[in-house]
Amino acid sequence: MLLSRRKMLQVGVASAALGGFTLPSFAQAIDELVIAYNVNLPSWDPTVGLSAVNPTIQGIYQSVFDLFIPQNPDLSFGSGLVTKSGWNDDQSQIWMDVREGVTWHDGSPFTAEDVAWSLQRAGNPDTGNPIQFIWGKIENIKAEGNRVTADVKEYEPTIFKWMSFLTGYVMPKAYYEKVGADGFEAAPIGTGPYMVEKFERNAFVRLKANENYWGGAPEFKTVTIKFVTDAASRVAEVESGNSHVTLEVPYEEFDRLKGSSSLSGTAAPISDIGMIFLNDIEAMTDPNVRKAAAHAIDKKLIVDRLLSGYGVPIDTLQTPDYAAYDSSIKVEYNPEKAKELLAASGFSTDNPVKFSIQTTKGFKPKDYEVIQAIVGLWRKVGIEAEIEVYEIAKHFELRAADKLAPAAFYNWGNSVGDPTTSTGFAMFGPSPHSVWDGKETFDAILPLWGEKDEAKRIAGWKAVDKRIAENAEVIPLLQYVQPILHARGVTVTPHASGALLPHLMKRN
Amino acid sequence: MLSRILFTRLLSTAVTLMGVAVIVFVIIRVVPGNPIAMMLPPGATDADIERLKAFYGFDKSILEQFIVWLANVLQGDFGNSISLRQPVSSLVLGRLPATLELSIFALLMAVLIGGGLALIGTRSRGTATEAAIDVTNGMALSIPDFLWGLFFILMFGVLLPIFHISGRISPSLNLDFSTNFYLVESLLRLRFDIFMDLIGHMFMPALALAIPLAAIIAQLLKQSLKESMNLDYVTLARTKGYSEYQVIIKEALPNAVLPTLTLVGVQFTFLIGGTVIIERLFSYEGLGNMAIDAVINRDLPLIQGIVILFAALFTVINLVVDMMYVVLNPKLRHA
Repeated sequence: MLLSRRKMLQVGVASAALGGFTLPSFAQAIDELVIAYNVNLPSWDPTVGLSAVNPTIQGIYQSVFDLFIPQNPDLSFGSGLVTKSGWNDDQSQIWMDVREGVTWHDGSPFTAEDVAWSLQRAGNPDTGNPIQFIWGKIENIKAEGNRVTADVKEYEPTIFKWMSFLTGYVMPKAYYEKVGADGFEAAPIGTGPYMVEKFERNAFVRLKANENYWGGAPEFKTVTIKFVTDAASRVAEVESGNSHVTLEVPYEEFDRLKGSSSLSGTAAPISDIGMIFLNDIEAMTDPNVRKAAAHAIDKKLIVDRLLSGYGVPIDTLQTPDYAAYDSSIKVEYNPEKAKELLAASGFSTDNPVKFSIQTTKGFKPKDYEVIQAIVGLWRKVGIEAEIEVYEIAKHFELRAADKLAPAAFYNWGNSVGDPTTSTGFAMFGPSPHSVWDGKETFDAILPLWGEKDEAKRIAGWKAVDKRIAENAEVIPLLQYVQPILHARGVTVTPHASGALLPHLMKRN
Repeated sequence: MLSRILFTRLLSTAVTLMGVAVIVFVIIRVVPGNPIAMMLPPGATDADIERLKAFYGFDKSILEQFIVWLANVLQGDFGNSISLRQPVSSLVLGRLPATLELSIFALLMAVLIGGGLALIGTRSRGTATEAAIDVTNGMALSIPDFLWGLFFILMFGVLLPIFHISGRISPSLNLDFSTNFYLVESLLRLRFDIFMDLIGHMFMPALALAIPLAAIIAQLLKQSLKESMNLDYVTLARTKGYSEYQVIIKEALPNAVLPTLTLVGVQFTFLIGGTVIIERLFSYEGLGNMAIDAVINRDLPLIQGIVILFAALFTVINLVVDMMYVVLNPKLRHA
C-alpha cells in the first residue's frame, strides 16, 4: 500500500501527539515515589478545623510535622521532639525535655519555646483547636533551657498520649507569628522528615526529603502524594504504574493484585474498629434483646465471607494492642442462647422484636453488606431489623443529639490505644459521641477520668468493658485490616494507627 | 433587538441567582448533618458546641444567617470555607478555569464527533453505515458518562497506558503560570510540553463527558440535515453540479444547525453538571471535585459559593446561546 503525503503527515502528527504524553513509568527504577492517597488534604494547619480530627489525613501531616511524642508502628510511644516527659511528685505539674539540634524546614533552630507556644496555642479556645478540652487542662506553660513545664489545671491521665494524637503537633512559633495563618497555609514548615515543595489543592502535594531530619534522612528524596479519592481509580493508578503505593482498596482487588508480577501487598490490623452503637431507647431498653442481638452475630463468618478474612473479630471496644485489652472478655456466637433470651422477653421468629438499624454505605469496606448479613443472622433468632442508610454527616449529627436509631453502625479510631478514647468517649453518657445513658455505666466510668494510679485506672476500664459486654450495651464487631498495595520495588512498613508514612518506605 | 434581549436576560439572571441563593441556603441548612457535629471533639461539652456554633456563625436563625451572608456577598465576600479555611471566592474562582477548560474541551470533542457522525450519516443515508451510526448513537446514549470514564481508565489507563488516570497536570512539571487557565496559557507561552501533558490528563475525562452529548448532536443534526436535503434550494444546488458533501455542508448545514445549536447550549449545562462525577473519578482538580468534598464535609459556605457560581455559569451559557441564535437566525435578526 502506498502512503500519500497527507497520510504520512497524519500518522506523523498522531505519533507526535501520543509521544508527547508523559507515559507511566512502571518498569523504571523508582526515583520519585508516587502515592495514590485516598483523601484530599484540605488544610495545612494540623491543629485546627475539620481536617485536624480526620484520622486519615494524619499520615500526610506526620510527613511534614512532628508530633510532640511520636508513635512507633506498633503504637508504642517513642522519643521525638519531646525526648522525655513526666509528672512531678504530687502530679500538679508536667515536664517535657526537648530534643536539641533540631531545625525547622527553613533552617531556623527548633527550641523548647516552640513546644511551649504550641501547647499554649492548642489550649486557647480562640484558635479553633477541636481538642482544646484536653490542652486546656494545663496552664502556665514555660520553657527554660530545653525543658518545658506546665501546671496542671485539671488532672488528665492521658495528656501525654494526646501528644501523639489528633492536633498534638509542634508548630513553628517564630515562623507562624511572622507569616500568620494565611502565610502558613501557603508555605507550611515543620520539623518532619519531608518538606512541602509544591501543593495543588485537590490534586497533589510534592514533598522533598528533609536531609537534616533528626530521625535520619528519608530514603526517597522526592515523594508525590496524589489525592485519588475514588477506589477504582486508585487501583488503576497502581495497576498501570502511575503510582507506586496506594491504600484502602477493595479487598477483592487487593487479593487480585498483591501476587501480580509488579505489585505486592501488605495487610495489617489498624486501630480502627467497626461497631454497633446501641441507643438505650425502644427495644434496646430490654437487656434480653440487646444480649440476643450480640450473641446472634457470627463475627468470624462475617470477616471471612464478606471481608475476605481481612478483619479481627473483637468483643470489647479495645483491640489487642490497646492498653486496656482484656482477652478474657468474650461474647460468644450462640444463636440458641439468643433465642432463649428473646423467648424470655416474649419474642420468637414468629413474633420478632422490631427495631431499626442505621448504617453508612460505602464509607467503610462492605459496611452495608455487613449490616445486611447481621440483619439476616438476627432474623433467624427472632429479631426483625429495618435498615436505614445514612450519610456519615447525619450520623455525627444524630449521635451528638443522642438521636441515633436503637442500633447504628459506626467505625471508631483510637490510635493512642487508651480506654478513655475508646470505651470512655463512646460509652460515657455526657460525651457527644455516646448514646448510652445508663446510670450504672456512667457511675463506673466517672471516677476513671481522673484516676492517678495508672494500674488502677487500666484495671478500672477493663472492669467497665466487662460489665458493658455482659450487659450488651454496645456491639463491637471487628478490628479493620488496612490493605496497602505497592510496587515490588518498594518496601512499606504499615503503621498500626493507619497512617501511611512515606518516610517508613524503603527501596527494595 | 440584541440589547433589549440582553437587558431582559440580565434582569432575569439576577432574579434567578437570588432564587437559587435562597433555595440553596435554606436546603443545606435543613438537610440532616451539620459541620459542627462533624468536628466535635470526643469530650465536647454543651458549652464547647455552642462556642463552635458561634465561631462559625451557626448560632443565629436561618434568616439572620442569610441576611448576614447576603450583605457580605453583595460586597464580594462569600465567606470562608469551613474545611479549607480559605476565602470561598478565591477557592471557587481558582477551580473554575480547570472545569471550564475540561468542559469546553469536552464540548469541542462532542461537536466534532457528533457533527462528523451526522455528516457521514447524512451522506450515507439509507445504507448500512447510517444504520451503524444509529446503533452507535443508541449505545453512546444509553451508557452514562461515569461508566465511559471507568471504561477508559481500564482501556487507556491500565491495559494500554496511553493517558494519565488522575489529576490535571503531572506534579513533576514546573508550572509558573499567572492564571489557572493552564491549557490556554501553555499555548500562549508556547509551552507545548505542558500543553501535551494537560491534554494527556484531560483526554479521558473529556471524552467520557463528550460521548453522550456527541450522540445527541449526531442524532439531532442528522435528522435536521435529512429534512433539509429534500428542500427545493438543496435540489437546486444539486442541479448546479455540487457534490453531495458540498450540498450538505454549504446548503443544508446552515439551516439545519440552528435547532442543534439550541440543544447544544442546553446540553452543555448538563455536561458541566456531569463534571462533578467525572472530576471525582479522574481526581481532576476542578469545581466538581471540590463540590463533592464540600458536601461530604457539610462545608456550607463553600457549597453555597459553588452552587451560585454554577448557576451563574448556566445562565451565562444560556444567554450566549440565545444571542448566538439571534445572530445566526436571519428571521430573528431582522425582526
